[in-house]
Amino acid sequence: MEILMSIIAGFLFMVGTYLVLSKNMIRIIIGTGFISHGSHLLLLTMAGLKTGAPPLLGLQASTYTDPLPQALILTAIVISFGVTAFFLVLGYKAYKVTGTDNTDGLRGPDLHD
Amino acid sequence: MTNLLILPILIPFLTGVILLFFPKQITAQRTLSLISGVALIAVNIFLVIDIAQNGIRTLEIGGWSPPYGIVLVGDMLAGLLVTSTAVLSLPILIYSIHSVGKEREGFYYHSFYYFLITGVSGAFLTGDLFNLFVFFEVMLIASYILIVHGNTKRQLRESFKYVLINVMSSALFVIGVAYLYSVTGTLNMAHLSERIASLDVEAPILTVIAVLFLIVFGLKGALFPLYFWLPASYAAPPPAIGAIFGALLTKVGIYSIFRTYSLIFTQDTEFTHTLLAVLAACTMIAGVIGAIAHQDVMKILVYNVIVAVGYVLFGVSTLNEPGFVGAIYYLMHDMIIKAALFLIIGALITVAGTSHLKQMGGIIKYHAKLGWLFFVAVLALVGIPPLSGFIGKLMLIEGGAERGQYWIIAAMMVSSLLVLYSMIRIFLNGFYGEIKLERADQHGTTKGLLLPCSLLIAVSALIGLGAEVLYPFVSTAAETLLNPEIYIDAVLKE
Repeated sequence: MEILMSIIAGFLFMVGTYLVLSKNMIRIIIGTGFISHGSHLLLLTMAGLKTGAPPLLGLQASTYTDPLPQALILTAIVISFGVTAFFLVLGYKAYKVTGTDNTDGLRGPDLHD
Repeated sequence: MTNLLILPILIPFLTGVILLFFPKQITAQRTLSLISGVALIAVNIFLVIDIAQNGIRTLEIGGWSPPYGIVLVGDMLAGLLVTSTAVLSLPILIYSIHSVGKEREGFYYHSFYYFLITGVSGAFLTGDLFNLFVFFEVMLIASYILIVHGNTKRQLRESFKYVLINVMSSALFVIGVAYLYSVTGTLNMAHLSERIASLDVEAPILTVIAVLFLIVFGLKGALFPLYFWLPASYAAPPPAIGAIFGALLTKVGIYSIFRTYSLIFTQDTEFTHTLLAVLAACTMIAGVIGAIAHQDVMKILVYNVIVAVGYVLFGVSTLNEPGFVGAIYYLMHDMIIKAALFLIIGALITVAGTSHLKQMGGIIKYHAKLGWLFFVAVLALVGIPPLSGFIGKLMLIEGGAERGQYWIIAAMMVSSLLVLYSMIRIFLNGFYGEIKLERADQHGTTKGLLLPCSLLIAVSALIGLGAEVLYPFVSTAAETLLNPEIYIDAVLKE
């Protein structure tokens, strides 16, 4: 199971990297979404995908899944959610001000405005 | 009393939160900011004295004992760095009050300023790898907002790239944490160090993870192949914000390399520390080439930030006492002096109305104090003996010589000389030379801007002249880094 999940995470990184290297702002932002999905999936996979009950003590199972990576992922998800929301608004504002959604339009003169 | 350790994080955090409630009352915003700035310095100095007297201080948050809960660790290095942070944040705050303008200040400027300080102090004090990631994000999100604060075209353009680079490096950080967790099963730094030391077998995967973390922290701290994003983005925001970035953000990346490579990744130092040394040399050279090549005063200064990253990293790679002492001295010196130079160059740009070196000249005739402050700051940056840069570089050379890395020492000496050339060029062309602007044509005043610059230069002179007083603190910090057992024993208490 871990092998399959690793391949899927790798595929997500591949898609994300490809999108981030493109010129369109919105494709870049979608690419960062893929990469954070990949890293969250990897975090879950690397902790081991043992079968066990959900980490709720009320279930009184003999084994539980590892609760720590789930807490880490929850933290990482809200952080990347906040950053992505900011990034989308930033992309929108940059589009309004510079008048282009192409990253070539973000070059501008090096020294002065 | 044991909760003292959280105050450097709690004071800026609470200040930032309280400031959210009355964004338009600018006088109240400024008053509260200044009061917290002074309180922060007092608390941090008290903390350093406390650590000096009682050894490493730890704070178990929520009463859970270390490998299970989050622990804050105040060793001497963290203490010195949070103190430097507080000491430089107050002058930059005073400078911002005089320079960023009421419109920006009325839009939560002070809140985000303090959230940035929260993130930086937290990153210095934490003892948990994932908690370090979270404090990095606190710092970065505040910096995203400060870099675009004001919405000029140039800021929007540069912040898009800046945010993208940092989103990528944060994803890599999460991946690194995932790998390390799967190998060791823990995230507490002291516990990680202990577990990795107890792995008897050769574990090449740890070297791979070490290099992954080097890439992550190198992206934050602008190391040689990963520094490409820094020059344009740091030159975009107003000088006060540029100063807080140049003084703090890259330094947190270097501190993290310092911490992880002295505490956690110590099993294959032959490979990892040689890599660090080579990258350090390349960083110095690449930075100094940029500093010479540019005609824009802000760009020249921003490339000098990269050079200093190379020097500190070289100290980290030596793995001996003089090298570590030198790196810590240089790190503290560089935080202060880069803040000072950003502020002085900001004042220069305000006065000259341009940042292009060819269009300014003869500023010293009307602004003698600014000119001489800049001159002293340049001498301190390069390391002329009575000032602060000297002792750090001297110890770095000693540390490098002990390891026999003469080529890197040569690169360091040459780049120091070229740093002097790049900065003196600003002095000779901008401050001296023919007068291009008569008094009537000048674009702004330095009213209120000179005080914070002088304060920072005074601190720099104190570090230089009081090197003997500071030495016991710095050597304690270096000793803790050289002997991870001291750190582990203090945290795990077994």
